[in-house]
Amino acid sequence: MSNLSLIVVLLILLALGYQLGMTRSRKVATVNPDLRMHSRPHHYGMMVGLWAVLPAFFILLLWLWLAPAVINSMMLAQLPVDVATLTADEVRVMSQRIGNLAGNFGVVADAEAWELAAAEHLRQLKTNSALVLTALMAVIAAAGMLYSLLRITPRLKARHQVERVVKALLVLCSTVAILTTIGIVLSMVGETMKFFSYIPPTEFFFGTTWNPRFSTVGVGEQGSFGLVPLLAGTAMIAGIAMLVAIPLGLMVAIYLAEYAPMKLRNTAKPVIEVLAGIPTIVYGFFALVTVGPFLRDLGAAIGLDINATSALTAGVVMGIMIIPFISSLSDDIITQVPKSMRDGSLGLGATKSETILKVVLPAALPGIVGAVLLAASRAIGETMIVVLAAGNSPALTANPFEAVSTVTVTIVNQLTGDNDFSSPQSLVAFALGLTLFVITLLLNVMALVIVRKYREQYE
Amino acid sequence: MSNSAPVKISATDVKVFYGDNQALHGISMDVYQNEVISFIGPSGCGKSTFLRCMNRMNDTIEHCRVTGSILLDGRDIHEPALDVVQLRAQVGMVFQKPNPFPKSIYENIAYGPKLHGLAERKADLDDIVESSLRRAGLWNEVKDRLDQPGTGLSGGQQQRLCIARSIAVSPEVILMDEPCSALDPIATSIIEELIDELKQNFTIVIVTHNMQQAARVSDRTAFFHLGNLIEIGNTNDVFTNPQQKRTEDYITGRYG
Repeated sequence: MSNLSLIVVLLILLALGYQLGMTRSRKVATVNPDLRMHSRPHHYGMMVGLWAVLPAFFILLLWLWLAPAVINSMMLAQLPVDVATLTADEVRVMSQRIGNLAGNFGVVADAEAWELAAAEHLRQLKTNSALVLTALMAVIAAAGMLYSLLRITPRLKARHQVERVVKALLVLCSTVAILTTIGIVLSMVGETMKFFSYIPPTEFFFGTTWNPRFSTVGVGEQGSFGLVPLLAGTAMIAGIAMLVAIPLGLMVAIYLAEYAPMKLRNTAKPVIEVLAGIPTIVYGFFALVTVGPFLRDLGAAIGLDINATSALTAGVVMGIMIIPFISSLSDDIITQVPKSMRDGSLGLGATKSETILKVVLPAALPGIVGAVLLAASRAIGETMIVVLAAGNSPALTANPFEAVSTVTVTIVNQLTGDNDFSSPQSLVAFALGLTLFVITLLLNVMALVIVRKYREQYE
Repeated sequence: MSNSAPVKISATDVKVFYGDNQALHGISMDVYQNEVISFIGPSGCGKSTFLRCMNRMNDTIEHCRVTGSILLDGRDIHEPALDVVQLRAQVGMVFQKPNPFPKSIYENIAYGPKLHGLAERKADLDDIVESSLRRAGLWNEVKDRLDQPGTGLSGGQQQRLCIARSIAVSPEVILMDEPCSALDPIATSIIEELIDELKQNFTIVIVTHNMQQAARVSDRTAFFHLGNLIEIGNTNDVFTNPQQKRTEDYITGRYG
């Protein structure tokens, strides 16, 4: 039976166990009319269903995890070739060939007789494995169901058992999320270490030239992998974006929170938040087609030489994109400042803008800083706008009117195209990614710490 | 309190509407200079609303409309030429819950004087801060920690800080909206003594739920019910010999 149908059967068993458990608990209740059942019938039903399904499901998982390796080694043990004399890579290639033959996929060159025999053997093993698994699961599911059905008594705390399973399920889900994060970081760390075996970290972190030659490992020059120009480009674009977004976003937030009538606020806020929902690639060609040429013409009009694709173009457009991050969060934070603060200030004869500037904003400042940092980490990680609008020129420059490149864009460049995945040219993408991750992580942590500190102030 | 003192605030037929909801049905009364007058009445009777009319704090509430006239020293506070900012400096306010700004104690007091340009030099500002804190009876407790946040004080100290803050802009009238309702009995009695001292220099209007407090601190008492002024008179008379049945019922605890 295929794994999918096994799971379907398990689901059916869950429903069956549920029904049986309910029926059984009702019966137990009528047999003992003077005893009150501890839990409601559906708790008993759920408990029986879970007992039927969960143990069998774990067996399934265990089997899926362990069986392939066991089957493979059993198959290898029967081979005429002496496996012990082969290298690990050769064994891997051979197993794959035989696996492909067993699955009726084609292989390179003609299959030899012993290979066909091994493939047949493998097929047999797999069939047996599936049969054994199905049988084992059937027995365990039946045993679980029977065991739990027989245990149903008025005193059995089925409700608490179900509760424990629910808790375990929730823990499991959060573990998956956390493990994924850890997994991503670890895989990046691994690849980064490989990269650092080609290029020393000092050269990567402090090098001022970015010029990775696209050559295969060991042939010709290595190229230079200096992070500084990329980091400078990232910082410049993010800086320009913040210069655009902070004043605009803050003033939007102040207007919405303090001045706008309720009706306008309720309409305007979602509309502004739409800005955050526009796909960044759309911003990218908006920058490329509209903003870039506009800035170039504007520069020409006042005698400045501005590239159509430049740090300025990308920064301005990115700034517009992150306005809602700042305005929406700041608006929430400003609204949270208690009305009594405003009353206190107004009652002393302050005007509205004096009150906002001297009382409301200082009170909301930590939260606003948090919002700004979150927006900044968003800006630093942004890719598509920069790919299209920044010009992709990884040179160290302090002139915002020139083309630059950023960490994210470079990652895209290094990973697209024909490149050996174990060459430093590809591996550097992981080092870049990890650097970026650490930077944004630090920004996020800072933001969270600041926001949390702020929360304690009023509660 | 003799009624020969000059009239400080004179209200005539004041009505307040929140949207379609009428909260006050034509209140008329005079408040005399340097008296303490207390407003009592059950919750929702309009006493706080009327208090907030006197420095036009109701302006800050959306959909709130005030009609009738309120004269401060004979001048209508609603006339267009009047600067509401000046009015609020003249008629200070202390709120139900202590609401110090999240700034240092010094900055809390200096806030108002700085806004209105009352001090030219730093030394003048220091003087204002010290004298305000002294008059609010808080100086000795905080003089060594003026740079610490005002929010770190106890509830009673915070409320005295708020009183000092409003004194600092030299108002003529201080409105107090249930200033002790969030305080314990000891802090309350300190504030009550303070009110007694403050009336040398200020006219004080105090809203309170606590009838003993009204009896202790005020010269005159006004009883509000359902948006109407039911009775106003010398505190002694109102509490010992109420003219109206409703006042008597409320004072003797029959409702409210």
